Amino acid sequence: MTLQGEPVILNIGPQHPSTHGVFRLRVLFDGEVVQDVEPVFGYLHRGTEKLAEERAYTQVITLTDRLDYVSSMTNNQAYVLAVEKLAGIQPAERGMYLRVIAAELSRIASHLVATGFFLQDLGAFATPLMYCFRERERILDLMEMLCGARITFSYMRPGGVFQDAPEDFWPALRQFLAEMPHYLDELEQLLTENEVILARTKGVGVLPAEVAINCSVSGPVLRASGVRWDIRKVDPYDVYDRLEFDIPIGTNGDCYDRMMVRLYEMRQSLRIIEQAVRQIPPGPARAKVPFFLRPPPGDAYAHVESPKGELGFYLVSDGGIAPYRCKIRSPSFINLTPLRELLRGWKLADLIVIFGSIDINMGEVDR
Amino acid sequence: MGPWLVQNSVYRNIYAFFDGFMPAQLGWLAYFLAGFTVMFILINGVLLLAAGMVYAERRLLGRFQVRLGPNRVGPFGLLQPFADIVKLLLKEDVVPRGADRLLFTLAPVMMVAPLFLITAVVPFGKNSYLANLNVGVLYLVAVTAISTLAVFLGGWATGNKYAMFGAMRAVAQLISYEVPLVLALVGVVLLTGSMALVQVVEAQRLPFLLLQPLGFFVFFCATSAELNRAPFDLMEAESEIIAGYHIEYSGMRFGLFQLAEFGGVVVSSAVMATLFLRGWENPFVPQGWTQVLPSHLWFLLKTALFVFLFIWVRATLPRLRIDQVMGLAWKVLLPLALINIVVTGIEVWLWPRPTTAQLWAMVLINWAVAGACLVGFSTLMERWGRRPTATVVPVRLPVEVRYALWIGRAEGDDGNPGQLSAEALHYSIPGAEGAPAPSLSGRGLRVV
Amino acid sequence: MTKPLLASEVAKRVEEGVPGAVEQAQGDHLWVRPERIREVCRFLQSAPGLEFNYLVSITGVDYIEYFEVVYHLVSLRYNHSLVLKTRVYGREEPTLPSVVPVWQGADYQEREVYDLMGVRFEGHPNLKRILTWEGFPGHPLRKDHLGA
Repeated sequence: MTLQGEPVILNIGPQHPSTHGVFRLRVLFDGEVVQDVEPVFGYLHRGTEKLAEERAYTQVITLTDRLDYVSSMTNNQAYVLAVEKLAGIQPAERGMYLRVIAAELSRIASHLVATGFFLQDLGAFATPLMYCFRERERILDLMEMLCGARITFSYMRPGGVFQDAPEDFWPALRQFLAEMPHYLDELEQLLTENEVILARTKGVGVLPAEVAINCSVSGPVLRASGVRWDIRKVDPYDVYDRLEFDIPIGTNGDCYDRMMVRLYEMRQSLRIIEQAVRQIPPGPARAKVPFFLRPPPGDAYAHVESPKGELGFYLVSDGGIAPYRCKIRSPSFINLTPLRELLRGWKLADLIVIFGSIDINMGEVDR
Repeated sequence: MGPWLVQNSVYRNIYAFFDGFMPAQLGWLAYFLAGFTVMFILINGVLLLAAGMVYAERRLLGRFQVRLGPNRVGPFGLLQPFADIVKLLLKEDVVPRGADRLLFTLAPVMMVAPLFLITAVVPFGKNSYLANLNVGVLYLVAVTAISTLAVFLGGWATGNKYAMFGAMRAVAQLISYEVPLVLALVGVVLLTGSMALVQVVEAQRLPFLLLQPLGFFVFFCATSAELNRAPFDLMEAESEIIAGYHIEYSGMRFGLFQLAEFGGVVVSSAVMATLFLRGWENPFVPQGWTQVLPSHLWFLLKTALFVFLFIWVRATLPRLRIDQVMGLAWKVLLPLALINIVVTGIEVWLWPRPTTAQLWAMVLINWAVAGACLVGFSTLMERWGRRPTATVVPVRLPVEVRYALWIGRAEGDDGNPGQLSAEALHYSIPGAEGAPAPSLSGRGLRVV
Repeated sequence: MTKPLLASEVAKRVEEGVPGAVEQAQGDHLWVRPERIREVCRFLQSAPGLEFNYLVSITGVDYIEYFEVVYHLVSLRYNHSLVLKTRVYGREEPTLPSVVPVWQGADYQEREVYDLMGVRFEGHPNLKRILTWEGFPGHPLRKDHLGA
């Protein structure tokens, strides 16, 4: 009797602890080595784009919450910007600052989740994850002060935000800003000085810049490959052109760089929030905008730098109260394009790590 | 009564108790009952300790992870492990359809067996042991090797591909780590001049932890790997292969695997306490001095120390990749163990009966060697470990496999594998006819 | 700020590179003939001074009498953008060439447009449904789809 090895097809997902939701990968393995990958989407497809066609412009905001549910604020922002562009609304100054503060807090929260789950995928038994979640919890508390919700905020409206921040929000935010850098130092130490993490992430899953650009990758994944492209800088929206911040970029485009880019982005977000808190003018948080908007026929595309990448909304209006077409350019979905190039030749354990380093959110992938 | 049993205080006392009220002609029954009682106490003691270990691990992990851990069942959640066991016992016992029933049932039992076998030779107090085998150390190594087979059987018999991945990893990893594990013990045996564990404890004028730093390091790493604790928990990596070899086990069969894992930590800690930390003796004062605490308590304390060490490591370190784990075993731990044997051998050859001063000289030399080795090897490992290992070696596959892998069929693809457009080549797997096709239900291996 | 290029000027360049492809230019929207879309895209990607190397998104819009496929393009080098549009007529088998050979980023997006809008992309290496399942009746984002 002789035994012969044969390639194995393994279904990773849709129920798997490391696919970050209901993502499914059909992988062809030769032993432990990935030979080919076929991603399967759609398990969380809720037809957001179709639903948006039957709702008034303001009502769609609640749908956008459910896209990338770890940073709903940036989804709100992208959509609201698109509506404003379409209808030609000038938002209130204070509202724009509040949007920036909320979006940057959201970015920190999302990057914390990304880092925590990335380390969890590496096999660190929940310890770093819980540390990241402890800090994220504080951000959620701040969000709760802003809008009364912790996950699905629906905070922003065309013309600003739906309510001003309460008085006790500002001291709480200042305390958070004062304490967060210390925690980020701790996290950086954990990421950069643990030999196992370095051995598992350095040089693993390299995405060359040309491939990244050709695959329309965006966000931290693109920047980790060394492309200095951040919507907040190259096409500033809201008040980002009045704020100073840097764009961290990676050099190798490996998993380690992707994580470090996220880490440094959190520091930059803190910088942005500090400046925004200093600059925020008094006044109404929302411009006077009717609930039922009737933008003139036409189309508009607005995009923001969400924590995952470039989140864009392409709205087409036919003059009615609901968008004629609402297309969501979701970064998580498109960032998966180079998955095959990234994963082939790596081992099963690396597959999980590389996949985790892309940081997708299934709510956004499947919409 | 066997010769070693006479010295065994626990056994002798129990035997005397039974013998006291038995007629003279039933002496054999007292002999049997005494043995049975000791085994009963030992096995249940190990089970209790394993339950305690589960509790300790969950509470401590909770503390490490800024959360509370189980604190609802009983005072401080102390009854949590018992609640877990009751739950596991009440759960439905599922055997998957594709599983090999016999092996599937056998594997968890085989997994637990070595746990109790080890306790037979570990002296858990002064004059308290079940057997003082003169090949004790060898016996330990031999018995623990059974679990390798159990893990593989479990993974294979399940008929699940994730389990198969776990089993394959387990075989590679466990067998590799047997080697440094055994070699690490040679130093201890050299210093003792005996393989009997009681003699090992008695020979420790200084704890062997001081005399054998390298040996202890290698032994600890290898034991972690053998027990598949982090960072070597590849065979049950929950973020990769979910639970690995025991993915399909439920109910008490799963419970037995868990028991083997947690009990294994306790027993291994006990072995380490025996081999490296003077077993039941007070570790801080020279031998023969007044014992501050009863010997059993010392032993428990030392065991708890090592258990804590295991938990601490688990809460701290991420997992290594399989090639890194194998590299660590063969490129680092094996040479380290060999260096340890050479250094210890020279020392024993120079000073066959060392004085206290010579002992301390040995301590100094060994720690210096250990420090130098660890620094040197970690530098080397840094170079090896960070080297990326992506190698696309395409499997040669027939094109129909493409359809097996892909769900559905591409639009405009008429199903004729020869008619692929230039763009589609990007997607097709390079390969040719006649190569083995992947099996959709298989285990990555097939009998030809 | 990302500078939206004036479509009429881009149209002149495109006419030089791919004659007869442009249908209409208005604002930063450039309409091209559907069958020439891949050539136009290849030209836009490589033409000096334009270098639209980044495909932001592909959208299909159902205008009942025709489908409009919208390509948002950005040049990472010059930081300018262009909205490329093309009208595809026919409800049954609206087809236009795939741009995956130009930008791989079009891969999943074209599959999405095919899945939800029913526009076929010829030359796509793996054109099949992506968000709905195999055998899903119709294409849900079409205005005449009754599922919602």
